[in-house]
Amino acid sequence: MSMDPQSAAKTGQASSSPLESMMHRRKFLLFTGTAAATAALIGVSCKKDDDDNNNTTPAVNLGTGDVGILNYAYALEQLEAAFYIKVMQAPYGGITAAESEYLADIRDHEIAHRDFFKAALGSNAIQNLEVNFDSIDFTSRASVLGTAKAFEDLGVSAYNGAGRLLQSSDFLTLAGKIVSVEARHAALIRDLLQNGSFADLPSLQPLGAVPANGLDAARTPTQVLEIAKNYLRTPLNASNLPS
Amino acid sequence: MNLQNIFNDIENVDPEVYDRLDSRRNAMKRFSFIGKTLALAAIPSALGSMLKKAYGQSTGNILDVLNFALKLEYLEAEFYTRGVAASGLIPAGTPAVGALTTIRDHENAHVNFLRTAITAAGGMPIARPNFDFTAGGGSQNGPLGNLTFTNYGVFLAVAQAFEDTGVRAYKGQAGNLMSNDDVLTAALQIHSVEARHAAHIRYMRRAHMSVGAGQVKPWITRNVSHVTSGVAAVDNLVQMVYNGEEVTTQATVNIASNSNLNADRASEAFDEPLTLQQVTAIVTPFFAP
Repeated sequence: MSMDPQSAAKTGQASSSPLESMMHRRKFLLFTGTAAATAALIGVSCKKDDDDNNNTTPAVNLGTGDVGILNYAYALEQLEAAFYIKVMQAPYGGITAAESEYLADIRDHEIAHRDFFKAALGSNAIQNLEVNFDSIDFTSRASVLGTAKAFEDLGVSAYNGAGRLLQSSDFLTLAGKIVSVEARHAALIRDLLQNGSFADLPSLQPLGAVPANGLDAARTPTQVLEIAKNYLRTPLNASNLPS
Repeated sequence: MNLQNIFNDIENVDPEVYDRLDSRRNAMKRFSFIGKTLALAAIPSALGSMLKKAYGQSTGNILDVLNFALKLEYLEAEFYTRGVAASGLIPAGTPAVGALTTIRDHENAHVNFLRTAITAAGGMPIARPNFDFTAGGGSQNGPLGNLTFTNYGVFLAVAQAFEDTGVRAYKGQAGNLMSNDDVLTAALQIHSVEARHAAHIRYMRRAHMSVGAGQVKPWITRNVSHVTSGVAAVDNLVQMVYNGEEVTTQATVNIASNSNLNADRASEAFDEPLTLQQVTAIVTPFFAP
């Protein structure tokens, strides 16, 4: 795997990233100063493991504060993008023209999200993660769409649950711009599997939905990553995220 | 930690910081209180909540936002309640009946939930407004005439406009709810349900090819409404729902060039917020005094 440790973590310097310029530089430093400092410590402590030969991959530290939450989102978008790229490289047998168009669109949206976070986080971005899709049968429509449904619903629950952990209203709005697109994906995938199940809230109760109040899923990073880790070879360290 | 220096730093960055807070004097007062009563270690989190207050809540307060949301939910709930009840509107025996009933029930649940939340927060939920589904602002003689509940294509087009407006409206208010985590989370949970509704209504419109639906997809492509009624007043009103959705730059990142995507995909990947004023302009024709 490519081990590209957080370069900002090594230098301990905040990068000149788009997210930074979005707010004022000084304001950004106020929010992320502790994140960079903490990441610097972790980066140093991880370096000695970089070239070892054993099977334990060092955990990728997501970081602290708003940067940590954005890296958490970046990790999930990496997972989704990798999945749909693989789906469209060799689509399941019998895929319809409409399904192919929808899945290609979704792939492109997830790539846009993934690349956006990478560019926006700059040198604070985590490395490329290695995925584990061993449990997915990419030749099977049921397996592919079932996994897509799981990923999209999980993504919705993740953004909904992480909103409260963000300090910057700009980042909150950005997360909002993405989560509704994930919810549109979730609805479409669910309709492809079973027309009319687009917002079947009782089925989303394990992810925190409250059907009686018409509320969608919402989970904490810990809860989300407990599920997501089944699809990732690279372990993630979320212990420094705000809670 | 020298608080005076921190205040000076913030002031240098944002001269209007004290307008966002009550005043410099009150801000300092908050901290002199904290300094006397709390350990030094607690100050960063206190500073964080102060910044949240300064930069998270630019307009209005939480109760105003919730009542604004309640007004939109009243509109949607009434729209689907009447639509599901209208004889001959929704093709009988099709999945559309179940889907629209599901959406109706969610909107009613949102009304009840918001009323409860507003009351629990010490506020007064607004009363159910009067409506005008001709989009006449109370004249009951607006450009939609009686088509809203008699023409299935028009009904679905209005549904799409309402749902996409709802998504954009909640998104635009999230920043104003940051001082209350539970309210913010609930609003986000409603927001994504509205997005699921929007996606399904669009899916239905594509299947029924209703009122210019064409190749409408579950997501919003640029600022295309996919509603062409032939009545300018209707089309112009619906277009307001989609204006601004065409952006392809997020936080200075050019999404299209950053991922080598065309403008359609780059715009679809991000939904855009609407301000309270923009939403009000869209929905006002549907309310009667």
